[in-house]
Amino acid sequence: MTAPSTAASTSIMVADARTLKRNAAEKRFRAYGLAAIFAGLLALVLLVGSILNNGASAFKQTFIQIDVTLPESKLDKSGVRDPEVMKKATTVTYAPLLRDGLMAKLDELGVTDIEKKEVGNMISKEAAAQLRNHVLANPNLIGQTIPFEVLANGRIDGFFKGRVDFASAELDKNVSPAQLNAALALEDAGSLETRFNLGFLTAPDASDQRPEAAGLGVAILGSLYMMGVVLLLALPIGVTASIYLEEFAPTNRWTDLIEVNISNLAAVPSIVFGILGLAIFINFAGLPQSAPIVGGLVLTLMTLPTIIIATRASLKSVPPSIRDAALGVGASKMQAVFHHVLPLAAPGILTGTIIGLAQALGETAPLLLIGMVAFVREYPAGPPEGLFDPATALPVQIYNWTQRADPAFVERASGAIIILLLFLIVMNAIAVMLRRRFERRW
Amino acid sequence: MSFAKLSVSALAMTVAATAASARDQVQVAGSSTVLPYAAIVAEAFGENFDFPTPVVESGGSSAGLKKFCEGLGEGTIDVANASRKIKDSEIKACAENGVTDIIEVQIGYDGIVFASDINGESFEFTPEDWFLALSDKVAVDGALVDNPNKTWADVNANFPAQPLAAFVPGTKHGTREVFEDKVILAGCEATGAFDLFKAANGDDKKAAEKACIALRTDGVSVDIDGDYTETLARIESNKDGIGVFGLAFYENNTDKLQVATMSGVTPSTESIASGEYPVSRPLFFYVKKAHIGVIPGLQEYAEFFVSEEIAGPDGPLAEYGLVADPELEATQELVASQNTLGM
Repeated sequence: MTAPSTAASTSIMVADARTLKRNAAEKRFRAYGLAAIFAGLLALVLLVGSILNNGASAFKQTFIQIDVTLPESKLDKSGVRDPEVMKKATTVTYAPLLRDGLMAKLDELGVTDIEKKEVGNMISKEAAAQLRNHVLANPNLIGQTIPFEVLANGRIDGFFKGRVDFASAELDKNVSPAQLNAALALEDAGSLETRFNLGFLTAPDASDQRPEAAGLGVAILGSLYMMGVVLLLALPIGVTASIYLEEFAPTNRWTDLIEVNISNLAAVPSIVFGILGLAIFINFAGLPQSAPIVGGLVLTLMTLPTIIIATRASLKSVPPSIRDAALGVGASKMQAVFHHVLPLAAPGILTGTIIGLAQALGETAPLLLIGMVAFVREYPAGPPEGLFDPATALPVQIYNWTQRADPAFVERASGAIIILLLFLIVMNAIAVMLRRRFERRW
Repeated sequence: MSFAKLSVSALAMTVAATAASARDQVQVAGSSTVLPYAAIVAEAFGENFDFPTPVVESGGSSAGLKKFCEGLGEGTIDVANASRKIKDSEIKACAENGVTDIIEVQIGYDGIVFASDINGESFEFTPEDWFLALSDKVAVDGALVDNPNKTWADVNANFPAQPLAAFVPGTKHGTREVFEDKVILAGCEATGAFDLFKAANGDDKKAAEKACIALRTDGVSVDIDGDYTETLARIESNKDGIGVFGLAFYENNTDKLQVATMSGVTPSTESIASGEYPVSRPLFFYVKKAHIGVIPGLQEYAEFFVSEEIAGPDGPLAEYGLVADPELEATQELVASQNTLGM
C-alpha cells in the first residue's frame, strides 16, 4: 500500500494543514493576551498619569517673605505682654499688619500700580492666624519688625504652577494682572519662592477661602487610627474564628450555614456596614460621632470576612501530613495547630490581612453615615483618648476637596490621591514581600 | 504569647469604648450650601477663641435636620445648617425626641445664578424663557402640547440658534426647589400655561403647580445629582450647556463662566440683598437651646457666626458669596437673648 502523496503530508519535517491551523491559533491567542495586558496597562498609565499631572504640584507651595512691624498700640494696648490679654487682638487686627509689610516691600521694588486691597489679597488668609499664634507665643516681639514667611494666596500660587495666567486673571474676580506683576517682581527680588510644602502632609484641612493652607494631617492621623483599630480587632477575631472553623469545628449543618454567611458578608456593600455602625455603635452604645473608634469598628466588621476567608485558605494549604506528624509524636490538637500549622500559614494570613486593611483604607461610604465626612481642623489627641476625638480619613478628604468651589482644590484632591495610592502600594508591596520571603511550597 | 496580648488589648479597647469622654467641641451638620460658610466661621472661631474648632458635616438640609431631631445629649449634634426653613413635620419629630427649644438663626441669602461658558453667547433670561425651554408641556395657541423647542431661538427670537442644553440641580438639592418655584413656576404663570394646566386638572391648583414644574425628559434638561463642580465639568465638555449654580460658586470661577441676567438684573450680592434679583433664598442654622452651657463654645459660636465682622457686608462670608442679611442686627439680638421658635 503505497501512497506518495500522503507520505509527504505525514512527514514531521513539513507541517500539515491542521498543525498550521493549531500553531496559528496559538499565536493568535498569545497576541490576544498581550493586547489584553497592554489595554490594562494603558488604562493604568492614563489614570496614574492624569493624577500625577494634576496632583504633583500640590506638594509645592508659594511662600512670600515679609518684614512685619508689630506695633504695641494695636496688639497690646495694656503693655503688660500678657498673652491672655493679647488674645483680644483677633486675626482681623493682624491681617492689615501683613498687608502693610508687603505693601512696603512692593514700594521698595517700585511696584506702585496696585491697590491696597489687592496687596492684602495676595497673602493667604491663614497667614494672619499664623502671625497671631507666633506673637502670642513670643510676646516680646511686640514693638519690633520681624521677618515672617507667609503662604501666598491660592491664585498667586496657581500662577506659578500654570493654573492662572494673565488672560484668565483678566476675567477672574479673585485675582488681577496687577497682582501677578507684583508677584513676578517679588520673585525677582528673591522674596517669593515656590518650593516643597511639608504642610500639605501635616496641616489640617482649611476652609474654602484658603485652599493654599489645606493639608492632610488630620486625615492621615484618622486613617492610621482606624487602621490600628481594624488590625487590633479584626486580626485576632478573624484568625481565631478561622482556626476554630478549619481545625476544630465538626462539619455539620451549622458550620455550613456559618460558612455560607461569611462568604455572603464578604459581598455585602460597604454602606450597609455604615448603617449598622450608626445604629449600634453611635445610637445604641453611645460612642461619639465622627470618631476614628467608630470608623475602625465599622471597618473591622467589613474586613473580617476577607481575613477569615484568606486565613482559612492558607490553613487549608498546609498539608495534613504536618498535622498527622505532630499528633503522631504526641502533640495535642492545640499544640499541633499553634506550633506547626499556624506558623506555616502565617504568611498567607498576613497577606490576607494586609489586603483587607488596604481595602478598608480606601473605603468612604460607611464613614459617610457615622459623621466622618466632615470639616475637622483639630488634630485628634494621641491614642487611646484620640480614638474618641473627631477626625476624617484620607478617602473622605479627597471626596470633600472635589466638592469645593475653588479650582485650587482640584490639585489638592489629586495630591491626596497620590498619597493614598502610595500608602496602598506600600501595603501591597509588603504583602507580596512577606509571601515571597516566607511562603513554603509543598 | 503575642496572640494573648493582642486579645487583651482588644478587650481593653472595648472596655474603653463604653466610657466615652465628654465632648468639648461644637458639632454641626446639614446643608452642603451652608457648609463652606460654616467652615469659614468654624476656622475663624477656632483661631480667635480658646474653644476647639467646631466639626462641620455636610449631607444636606434634610439629613442634617433629621440628625438634629434625634434627641438631646452629647451623642447628638448641636447645630443644624439648612438652606430652607425647618418644616412643621420636623419640628414635631424634634419634639417627640425631646428637642423642644430650637433657636432659628437666619444668616443671609444665597443667590441662584444661570451661567454658561465664558467664550460662548451671553443671555438675558426671563422666567418665561426657562419655562419654554425646559417644561414638559407648553402652551401653543391655547392648547397644551409636548415641548417642541429645540434651540434657544425657538424659545425667544432674540436668542441665538444655540441648541438647548441645561444642567439643573437634581431633586435632592434644595436649590432645585427654589429653581422650580421662582423660575419655572413663575414662567408657567407668565406664559399662560398655568391656567391651561388648571383647567385640565379640574381647577386643582396643587395639581396645576405640579404639572408646571414637570421638566422635559428628552435629554435637554439634565439633572445633576452631584455638586456644582460636576455642573461645571459638564459645561466644559458641552460648551452649549447652561448651568444652574450658587452665586458663591460662580464668584469663585469667574474665569470660566459668564453669568446671565434674570429679568434684566445681573446677580450680585447687592442686587440680591436689595431684592431686585428674583432667584434667591434665605439660609439658616438651628441651635439646640438645651445644649447651650453644656457644650462649651456653642453660644459663642452662634454669636460669632452672625457678628458684623463675619456675616456683615464686608465680612469673609460676603466675600465668599453670601448675601448679607439687612436685618442682621435683629438676628444678633435674637441669638444673644436665645429666643426659640414659637416664642
